Amino acid sequence: MPLLSITDLSTHFRLPDGALRALDGVSLEVEAGETLGIVGESGCGKSTLGKTILRLVEPTAGAIAFDGDDITALPTGKLAPYRRRAQMVFQDPFASLNPRHTVAKILGDPLKVHGIGGLHERRRRVEDMLRRVGLGPDALDRYPHEFSGGQRQRIGIARALILEPDLVICDEPVSALDLSIQAQTLNLLARMKADLGLSYIFISHDLSVVRYFTDRVVVMYLGRIVESAPTRGLWARPLHPYTRALMASVPDPAQGRIALPLKGDLPSPQDIPRGCRFHPRCPLATDLCRSSEPELRDAGDGQSIACHHA
Amino acid sequence: MSHPALSIPAFAVPHAITPLLEVQDLQVHFGSKPAVRGISFTVHEGETLALVGESGSGKSMTALSVMGLLPDGGRASGTIRFAGRDTSTLSPAARRALRGGEIGMIFQEPMTSLNPVMTIGAQIVEALRQHQPLSRTAAKARALELIDLVRIPDPKRRFQDYPHQLSGGMRQRVMIAMAVACGPRLLIADEPTTALDVTIQAQVLELLDRLRRDLSMAVLLITHDLGVVGQWADRVAVMYAGRKVEEGDPSALFALPLHPYTQGLLRASPRLDDAQHYTQGPLTEIPGSIASAAGQDGCAFAPRCPQAVAACRAAVPSLRILESGRKVACPLAHQD
Ligand SMILES: Nc1ncnc2c1ncn2[C@@H]1O[C@H](COP(=O)(O)OP(=O)(O)OP(=O)(O)O)[C@@H](O)[C@H]1O
Ligand SMILES: Nc1ncnc2c1ncn2[C@@H]1O[C@H](COP(=O)(O)OP(=O)(O)OP(=O)(O)O)[C@@H](O)[C@H]1O
Ligand code: SF4
Ligand code: SF4
Ligand SMILES: [Mg+2]
Ligand SMILES: [Mg+2]
Repeated sequence: MPLLSITDLSTHFRLPDGALRALDGVSLEVEAGETLGIVGESGCGKSTLGKTILRLVEPTAGAIAFDGDDITALPTGKLAPYRRRAQMVFQDPFASLNPRHTVAKILGDPLKVHGIGGLHERRRRVEDMLRRVGLGPDALDRYPHEFSGGQRQRIGIARALILEPDLVICDEPVSALDLSIQAQTLNLLARMKADLGLSYIFISHDLSVVRYFTDRVVVMYLGRIVESAPTRGLWARPLHPYTRALMASVPDPAQGRIALPLKGDLPSPQDIPRGCRFHPRCPLATDLCRSSEPELRDAGDGQSIACHHA
Repeated sequence: MSHPALSIPAFAVPHAITPLLEVQDLQVHFGSKPAVRGISFTVHEGETLALVGESGSGKSMTALSVMGLLPDGGRASGTIRFAGRDTSTLSPAARRALRGGEIGMIFQEPMTSLNPVMTIGAQIVEALRQHQPLSRTAAKARALELIDLVRIPDPKRRFQDYPHQLSGGMRQRVMIAMAVACGPRLLIADEPTTALDVTIQAQVLELLDRLRRDLSMAVLLITHDLGVVGQWADRVAVMYAGRKVEEGDPSALFALPLHPYTQGLLRASPRLDDAQHYTQGPLTEIPGSIASAAGQDGCAFAPRCPQAVAACRAAVPSLRILESGRKVACPLAHQD
């Protein structure tokens, strides 16, 4: 049984001028101990997917099952045990840390809320976690604004890990970090995974990080999955035209400027193109693509794609 | 697509070779705690200088000092010259006019620097009207152009959105639109593309680069993305614990880093070409943390440096200029 299983999950935001389909029928599974990467252009619904899985945003349709339990319809008051086991590292560490709380309180509160340990035990755990994310004990009595961007990101990571959850959704956890702290943080996440048997959903736009850190990858486009594959297989054989374009856009310190393979803008999720949603930007688009939306289909070796022609 | 008109410079550049921005021996303290320990650099008109370095090394505080926007409790000393004028001699009103007018800044934290209860359209309009005599309608038209310029789809609709309705990357692009709204002569961009995927990142950087060329805008680019530095910067300065430890041409510096910190930084990167995977082993770290620099005499990197010798702890290594033009603050570093 997978640790997490979501089926046909949709999240539409109701706006004055119509619905915005941020997430539009996504199904995926995460096995215990697995790291699933999520990639896709800005605005394609990655953060919304993460927040919906944790019920921080309510789904419009679909189902979420965690460890066999249906979470979709659980009343908010009964979510506490789930939230202890499933945590999130938020994309914007500035907005997600309470500016009036010290680091000691930010990290200690989750333990207190879930009734873990006495005062001493909690303090010990907080100090231990701070050390693991590379911050000294002098951080304890300081406030979030006294830290640099990367230091705040690590406080967010410490807060998500302190409850020793089973699933952590990491939304761009290392994108604010320089390479050496990024390496330390990825090594830390890998160590925690080995120590605690964690699973991760790892959202990142940095493809070199995704390739290094994930076991399987899901590529999203405008609220949908267009390709899903084991990490190694995806780099060996990217099939979807969108995936190929993404991979060709990576800058390299050793290289000069690259020509942009992907032209045009991501359409608005309030105006999703008919047929294949990628067709206005796709070099392979045909009439079929303009009229009928491709379903995700098996392409062998654990890979699946939603494309008529690839 | 058009871009915002040039604002009229408040004071002329006295001499063409005077750098647009000249920072000399800048120090920033929070109480007795140093955040920046004497950094000097220049940025010329039309030039992009990248600032990279360890998280917490003082990059943002350096940028905020130039803007005169240090957070409470922060004290700066040293000289900052903009277009030949010492900014400390400017009146508060002249400094305010500089910010958002001739100097635009993209802040590292998009959510806290946008007003949560104002639509993004209204915020861009306000930013424009603060510095330019525009009518409401003209400002709105310009704001729509700017939203389009930073590649946010459907500008008319987005104009009405509040910050929380935007994705992380869109908020970052709104910040960029506001920073370039008045056609600044210097743009300070603190991690402008961290929340952006590769395709949008490339589009946004291309946009900044076009503004740089068309308006001779100078750019101080803070980023930890060395791929971005390699592609877009004319020069790169590496910071560690509040000091500049190395500076040079980006491709030469990445091909042959000379300072032990820069060497460690480059080794830490997961490289796409050799397909490293976490199951095969950890990434190469620089052991220890920047916290070890506190109270350290001599080279701040010594507690973590694999090449440290006793002499390194005696005095702060000075920045030497090598034959190739590279600058490096380590007496053991040499080029052969
Ligand atoms: N609370 C909200 N109200 C209205 N629209 C929203 C809300 N949250 C997100 N959206 C919209 O949903 C879409 C998906 O946003 P989301 O934050 O999930 O994107 P993302 O893939 O995480 O992008 P990024 O890489 O930029 O972080 C966007 O068009 C965004 O504007
Ligand atoms: N308001 C503050 N009060 C006290 N110390 C501060 C404050 N703001 C920053 N600092 C400290 O100043 C040092 C430099 O911070 P700065 O934000 O300039 O780092 P940075 O190089 O921009 O790092 P990052 O890459 O993580 O953004 C850090 O050690 C930080 O903890
Ligand atoms: S279905 Fe057609 S338009 Fe869509 S990705 Fe495939 S070829 Fe391109
Ligand atoms: S001065 Fe010494 S400690 Fe500092 S970087 Fe050079 S070798 Fe290392
Ligand atoms: Mg996001
Ligand atoms: Mg910073």
